[in-house]
Amino acid sequence: MKTNGHKPSPAAHLPKCPTGIQGLDEITDGGLPRGRPTLVCGGAGCGKTLLAAEFLVRGAVQFDEPGVFMAFEETEKELTANVASLGFDLAGLVRRKKISLDYVHIEPGEMQESGEYDLEGLFVRLNHAIDSIGAKRVVLDTLEALFAGLRNEAILRSELRRLFRWLKDKGVTAVITAERGREQLTRHGLEEYVSDCVILLDHRVNDQIATRHLRVVKYRGALHGTNEFPFLIGDEGISVLPITSLGLNHKISSERISTGIPRLDAMLGGRGFFRGSSILLTGTPGTGKTIVAANFAQAAALRGERTLFFSFEESPNQIIRNTLSIGLRLEPLVKRGLLRFHAARPSLYGLEMHLATMFKEIATFQPRVVIIDPITSLMDAGTASECRAMVTRLVDYLKAGQVTTLFTSLTQAGHALQQSEASMSSLMDSWLLLQDTEGNGERNRVLYVLKARGMAHSNQIREFLISDRGIDLVDAYIGASGVLTGSARAAQGALEKAAVLATQQEAARRKRELERKREAIERQISGLRSDHESETMELRRIDEQVGTSTLMLTTERTASGILRQADAKVTTNTRRDPRQGRKIS
Amino acid sequence: MKTKTVKRRATVSKRQPAKLWQLRLYVMDSTAKSQTAFANLKRLCESHLKGIYRIKVIDLLKHPHLAKGAQILAIPTVVRKLPKPVRTILGNLSDTERVLVGLDLRPVN
Repeated sequence: MKTNGHKPSPAAHLPKCPTGIQGLDEITDGGLPRGRPTLVCGGAGCGKTLLAAEFLVRGAVQFDEPGVFMAFEETEKELTANVASLGFDLAGLVRRKKISLDYVHIEPGEMQESGEYDLEGLFVRLNHAIDSIGAKRVVLDTLEALFAGLRNEAILRSELRRLFRWLKDKGVTAVITAERGREQLTRHGLEEYVSDCVILLDHRVNDQIATRHLRVVKYRGALHGTNEFPFLIGDEGISVLPITSLGLNHKISSERISTGIPRLDAMLGGRGFFRGSSILLTGTPGTGKTIVAANFAQAAALRGERTLFFSFEESPNQIIRNTLSIGLRLEPLVKRGLLRFHAARPSLYGLEMHLATMFKEIATFQPRVVIIDPITSLMDAGTASECRAMVTRLVDYLKAGQVTTLFTSLTQAGHALQQSEASMSSLMDSWLLLQDTEGNGERNRVLYVLKARGMAHSNQIREFLISDRGIDLVDAYIGASGVLTGSARAAQGALEKAAVLATQQEAARRKRELERKREAIERQISGLRSDHESETMELRRIDEQVGTSTLMLTTERTASGILRQADAKVTTNTRRDPRQGRKIS
Repeated sequence: MKTKTVKRRATVSKRQPAKLWQLRLYVMDSTAKSQTAFANLKRLCESHLKGIYRIKVIDLLKHPHLAKGAQILAIPTVVRKLPKPVRTILGNLSDTERVLVGLDLRPVN
């Protein structure tokens, strides 16, 4: 429906008259049809007069378009007082000739009618008012009062038709308010005359919570948002909160910011969250959501980033005191203006009002990090669909400003964690889960990263310890017997240690044994070696003995041979042989 | 500006006999409708208030700023300034009976 970004040429477009009312110009893609009358209808107390008045005041102040306010129900004084509560200085604008007020007094029964008449008197007054200040805008609030004052309806209707024609000819952008009728848009069928633009206001009560809605029923010749949009009347006038006017085209940062808990950063790919992302932190009661949030807030503030902490459960002082007990020092940061708390009870006012207040706080403080603790408290202030719409708007609004937001969310014990937040989690970029595990007569906190868009993250469950030094994340024991935390984890650790020790001792014993064996063998080896050596000696001695005796024998034989004069040659050969044999041995 | 005029008229009236009637006829231009209204009013006054009435005709075309102060809505309109309370009658006064009721005029016995 919306033509954001690529606007068609102005020639093809109906000229628009910006209202300056927050959100309304987005729905109508630029404002009300310029130079034509617009009908604003709705029941009692839904803000018709206020919308009309704001249209006029903003026109005079922001767009330099003076306006005429013709009131049929409230006197000038009443009107000035009523809109003063929204910060509009009507009297000042009247003095500066930016706005002309004209109260048309109609007292039914005070006037007698006799014969024909026309409403030229009204035309004269209007014309005079328009011309005296050069008005471009006109408000007629509530024209239908004429029906109560004038009996001749035939004349009245024809005169009204003439009036709207006249307004168009005059070229003023007019807003005509009318009371809502039972079966038609207005009680007296004014929509019949105003055919260019009709806006319907509505004030409904759902579950004891009243919400105002605005719908553009008709806008001839222009595209417009057809949905019903919640709107509210704050202390700066009306703001319509169109969910659809925010697109998914915000700028993206790849900068990462620390969570304030080093081990948690490590779980998120080592560098923490993306700047401008939205983070959901769910947990059952007492799992430390606020503490994680306070850590994040402190880390941001210490980096010098302005941080806004919306607290819907605890007072700021209570948070400061409680977090001091775990070593967080928030008070100096508050004093330095880096950290601001905004605390309000969720039941204080309706959802839309909360949203508007938050928008206002964000707009004035300009934070880089916003913490909402917890978002679920606000859920009580509206119906589920409204809450979702509200969170969407908040997320979009913050993302558009590249504000990193941490929402904590309380899950009632016994609910399925993932399911209860499913509607909200799709809006979030990261989702951390804090959980209690019960066992061994104790409750222990665990934390895990359920999702983290666009970053590598740990799939592990970590045990989450809160001590007076702060938060620590400990590897939980994960084994065959499941996730062990607390004393069970410690016991398991001791068990493992004992087992390791036993293995070490066993190894040492076996080593010693082998050493002993080796030594024994060595001893044996050296024994054998000495045996071997003595035997060799023996052998040599034997050889020598044999050699000597042979020599002696040969010598004797030679000698006897010489004596007998036997063949000498043979004997020399035999004499050499034994020598050789000795050498070999 | 208008309030001034009213006050002046009020002080003047105190000097007049108590029974004086001050009537104002608001018209736009001297159209046939205005003429009819004036003629009707004059006729009625002549028959019921002879000698003790004054009619002032105000042309809003010439004095448009007077319409706001006098709370004029329809044309023509007759306003009875005196005697108090102020009474207003819309239309060309063709319905005599209604005008008499509107002006709180009892027919002369």
